[in-house]
Amino acid sequence: MNFDFSDDQKQLRDQARRFLAEKSPPRAVRAVLEGKADYDRELWKGLAEMGFLGVAIPEEFGGTGAGYLELCVIAEELGRALAPVPFASTVYLAAEALLIAGSVEQKQKWLPKISSGEAIGTLALFEGTGNPSPKAIKIAASNGTLSGTKKPVADGAIADFAIVAARTGNSGREADISLFLVDLKAGGVTAKPLQNVDPSRQQAELAFDGAKAEPLGAAGEGWSILSRVLDRAAVLIAFEQVGGADRALEMGRDYALDRIAFGRPIGSFQAIKHILADMYVSATLARSNCYYGAWALSTDAGELAEAAAAARISATQAFQHCAKQNIQVHGGMGFTWEFDCHLYYRRSNALALALGSQSYWEDQLIDRMRQKNAA
Amino acid sequence: MNFDDTPQEAEFRAKARAWIDANAPKQYESDLRKASLGRVVLKDANVLDVAKAWQKKKADAGWAVPHWPKEYGGRGASPIERVIWQQEEGVFGKLTAMFIIGQGMCGPTMMAYASEDQKRHYLPPLGSGEKVWCQLFSEPAGGSDVAGLRTRAEKDGDDWVINGQKIWTSGAHYSDYGILITRTDPTVPKHKGLTMFFLDMKSEGVEVRPIKQANGNSDFNEVYFTNVRIPDSQRLGGVGDGWNVSLTTLMNERMSIGANVATGFPELFDYCNSLTLDGTPALDDRAVRSKLASWAVKASGLKYTSFRSISALSKGQRPGPENSIGKLVAGSMIQEVAMYALDLQGAAGVLSGPEDADVAGRFQAMLLRSPATRVEGGTDEILRNIIAERVLGLPGDIRVDKDVPFNQIPTKGRA
Repeated sequence: MNFDFSDDQKQLRDQARRFLAEKSPPRAVRAVLEGKADYDRELWKGLAEMGFLGVAIPEEFGGTGAGYLELCVIAEELGRALAPVPFASTVYLAAEALLIAGSVEQKQKWLPKISSGEAIGTLALFEGTGNPSPKAIKIAASNGTLSGTKKPVADGAIADFAIVAARTGNSGREADISLFLVDLKAGGVTAKPLQNVDPSRQQAELAFDGAKAEPLGAAGEGWSILSRVLDRAAVLIAFEQVGGADRALEMGRDYALDRIAFGRPIGSFQAIKHILADMYVSATLARSNCYYGAWALSTDAGELAEAAAAARISATQAFQHCAKQNIQVHGGMGFTWEFDCHLYYRRSNALALALGSQSYWEDQLIDRMRQKNAA
Repeated sequence: MNFDDTPQEAEFRAKARAWIDANAPKQYESDLRKASLGRVVLKDANVLDVAKAWQKKKADAGWAVPHWPKEYGGRGASPIERVIWQQEEGVFGKLTAMFIIGQGMCGPTMMAYASEDQKRHYLPPLGSGEKVWCQLFSEPAGGSDVAGLRTRAEKDGDDWVINGQKIWTSGAHYSDYGILITRTDPTVPKHKGLTMFFLDMKSEGVEVRPIKQANGNSDFNEVYFTNVRIPDSQRLGGVGDGWNVSLTTLMNERMSIGANVATGFPELFDYCNSLTLDGTPALDDRAVRSKLASWAVKASGLKYTSFRSISALSKGQRPGPENSIGKLVAGSMIQEVAMYALDLQGAAGVLSGPEDADVAGRFQAMLLRSPATRVEGGTDEILRNIIAERVLGLPGDIRVDKDVPFNQIPTKGRA
């Protein structure tokens, strides 16, 4: 059994960690958080130069074609560094939708630009409150155009193109949904940034008014493509969450070692030790579930849907748990703007909702386990 | 990243599988599958007899303790081969429960500290299950604080004379031998005055009294020592070095990688899969789904955590600290799972008889047994301390009795 990343992949992790420590320090995250920039352009350029944006994009479309295990490694480091860039929207969602369902022309047009950092993409799925569901999609396509509103759309105001889920039928079934690719710079779309709990990554509303929309994949296939995209993205975002959870644990541990109260390091008190031990437990469970997700993603295994849901649920729990307990270990200082604890707290809660909330993924997991059991 | 065996591992696995296929007591397979925490029942057979017979059969073919050296009854298997054996033994591994303490803790301690003659004499029958061993550590005054133990050993000629009491000794009532930690010098600080021995449990002055547990069963015992004589040749390690010797024993307790820790989840999922609530399948219920999903990812998290450790063994490396979470997670989980399974049964969840209760009362038995899983072999709190101190590197607690002579440490809280 070799249920671990290879030495080359571990080297890539070290390389990405060093790169991000330099290019995405907390002060860079804060610049976006505080509205000084809508994303970190320098960092984005650097990620392109390192080949990280195209790590899972085949060479024929401008990527390095290294693979999904490499992308998982990079995702973990982006999560640890809270990288304030539209990586998830562009790489896990838009690029994956293109790879799964795009025509050769669509792939040729957009994937090289994603790899080079010239194009930012996103997925426009949600229309207000609620989880992913065919019924929740109201926006309709007619005669190659789209009209209606999508929100929240991650990085919608900085994206160059969006994959949009829209209604092409009214049978009440999944086959009503189709995907479209919309060039957001071609007119007919108004983007409005929205206030959100983690401003280090943007959310927006996209209002389509007769925007030109080209089909992505076959008509009526939208929901099944989308499900596959969400499964893949769930594994990758779970790695970001594990990276964030580990960093929050380290921050708490370091503070407990340094902070003196009642004449001793607070880390010598069992009340603090047990908080940190429980953080370690949840981070470890999440990491192990994520490794299984990475295996399923990299081999396109039949188990991907189940593995992705497990990774997603476990990593969401772990990051939220570690980020909130990190603040608790820090006491009052953890609630200051100055300390970085809130950056992780914000990100943990934002990532928990990206791709739909826990209840959606719980349903995915139980449905898959049930199918397996029946088989 | 893959789950494949190396060619050598595959060869070992094939050999193990073929032997198990040909020799395992298959007539008990379905009963063993139904067994869960708090209840192992074999139709028309005594578990102890079946377990001993299986162990002996394995021993005759060299499979009883595969990772032990050949001269002591093993086959010199590598750590990864030991894991593969456990995976292949599967449900029949439940029969080895009664040998785990002897083979997992007493055996390695004997290997490290007994004389060569003693090892050749005592270890093979321990491996084969013909002789069962127990570990006499915990005392009424020394549980988590095991170094607070008070059982005295006093030198008399070539013998040591033992007086005192042990408690929570698993299997003492069917054990032939035991390893025993005693206090030989109460005038020095508590960790420094301890000495380890092994003894024949049939020695004069040893009295074993089963403890009636909170769940009504009796798996553990109190053991009383009244002027029990142990020859000095049965001392393990130096006089006053018992604490270090006990650490060898406890280290081995934590090497149980690949052994499945019971979470109760597979049982709960099976149960929910066939359960109807108000005429609709339980698995359609949002609240049930949410609970199950949270436990499912804990169970899978533990499984893949052990896979990570196994991968390290497979590469000949030492596993990382990740495996230290197993009992902590599983112990409290199985208790919550049992409570939830009863909750799903409504008022009838209170019934525990195999005839009346759902799935023959397995969850009721699990509920009543589960509090012990959070205490035995290290309480949840001690395990959290271990993770915090050894994995995360936090400072040890302040120990007010560390440098105080043992006989001056207070023995009562409120007078």
